[in-house]
Amino acid sequence: MAVMKFIPEALKNLFRQPVTTSYPFEPAEYPERARGHIEITIDDCIGCGMCTRACPLGALKVDKNEGTWEIDRFDCVVCGYCVEKCPKKCLRTAPGYQEPEPGKTSQLYKKSEEALRLEAEKKAEAARKAAEAKAAMEAKKKAEQSSAEA
Amino acid sequence: MKKRSIVPYGPQHPVLPEPIHLDLVIEDEKIVEAIPSIGFIHRGLESLVQKRDFNQMVYVAERVCGICSFGHGFGYCEAIEDIMDVEVPDRAKYLRTIWFELSRMHSHFLWLGLLADGFGFENLFYQCWRIREKILDVLELTTGGRVIFSVNKVGGVIKDITPEMAGAVLDMIHSVKKELDVIVPAFMQDYSVVSRLKGVGVLTKQQAHDLGCAGPFARASGIGSDMRKLGYAAYGDIDFDVVTSTEGDSYARCDVRIREIYQSINIIRQAIEKLPEGEIAVAVKGNPQGESFIRIEQPRGEAIYYVSANGSPHLDRMRVRTPTFANLAGLCETLKGADYADVGLLILTIDPCISCTER
Repeated sequence: MAVMKFIPEALKNLFRQPVTTSYPFEPAEYPERARGHIEITIDDCIGCGMCTRACPLGALKVDKNEGTWEIDRFDCVVCGYCVEKCPKKCLRTAPGYQEPEPGKTSQLYKKSEEALRLEAEKKAEAARKAAEAKAAMEAKKKAEQSSAEA
Repeated sequence: MKKRSIVPYGPQHPVLPEPIHLDLVIEDEKIVEAIPSIGFIHRGLESLVQKRDFNQMVYVAERVCGICSFGHGFGYCEAIEDIMDVEVPDRAKYLRTIWFELSRMHSHFLWLGLLADGFGFENLFYQCWRIREKILDVLELTTGGRVIFSVNKVGGVIKDITPEMAGAVLDMIHSVKKELDVIVPAFMQDYSVVSRLKGVGVLTKQQAHDLGCAGPFARASGIGSDMRKLGYAAYGDIDFDVVTSTEGDSYARCDVRIREIYQSINIIRQAIEKLPEGEIAVAVKGNPQGESFIRIEQPRGEAIYYVSANGSPHLDRMRVRTPTFANLAGLCETLKGADYADVGLLILTIDPCISCTER
């Protein structure tokens, strides 16, 4: 039976560099895929609410009319299911964990004025086109009716 | 008759990683009987199936336990895929195998460290956990999480392992193997360590069989039951032998787990070599209807997943039978006749995971 089999290995530790990093004095390194928190490119969001329905924790809130996306970072467990479900791929997981805060607060993201204006224009354009199409349809119907009467 | 007394052990005890309570009936310094009681960390995760849809439940199932998290997500997905007749792409099967074996490795290193801590060998404890850190780093690199991986979904996996990542995994297992070679003699040959392990808590093959033990605990007693031999995921294509020992004492349990780490290294190597190209997931349409019963080999032993679905997004019932629950009866048997000083060590040798047991 060997006695003190581990002594040489233990002694080596006296001369080794520590394997730990002295965080927070040194920054922590995360790989690219690290699921630290959820990020959003809010201007690409169409407010469909898929992420809200997908979230197993119910940590997300979306308001389509206001153009806002809200996340409670203390409820979110960064499972990434919303990222999986987002049809516009505007959600993603990013490295870096949630910092501590004195209270449980949620973060609100609002679309930029520019994006809101563009969206409003698009909406107006779509409404105008729809109205035009409707008018054309009615005119066609009228013409058909009058031709049938004649 | 000698005087008997009852010593409460746990739920808070330095040697216990998780809360379990044992009432130890002792005579002098010898244990006569051990009566376990659990229920300190029950969270009702199984009943959540009625409130979350079956896709969301993958993330809940993963959170049953921190160490076996990959296995729980995997077992649940297998059960749903079985009900819905989903054929998972080959690449996804291999990726699942690689991650499963990585998680088995880190679980066994964690156990080795806890065992070393259990018999008071602090230096060895830190060496084991230092090596384990490398595995966690690779898991974070490939999946994005160190503990909860969230890569499983019904129909496949979410993330792929790129060739560079596969290279990193191979480098890691190469260096882990080298470092493991250094610490194995400390467990297997060191005089004081061996004297703490050899002949302590013997469970015979017959006892292990009668009490329905599972995993490395049963394999150390000579029962060659390994669910991986059922050939789920990619295990059917991979060449490996069931690790067993015959002594059934703590030393044998340590030996079995160390050899299983080497085996996992071997399996990961084979899986990366054979990793086929192709899709990593298939689209799953509709809701599951029917029942399924899946057995998989967790790091701690055989786990069973039962799922019953009714055609709606919400399942009727999910049930997990975990290896620690199966091994508790064996633990109480090994404790009989043991020294009071060995109790902590013996509890550790079944690799208790109480979070799994109580869910």
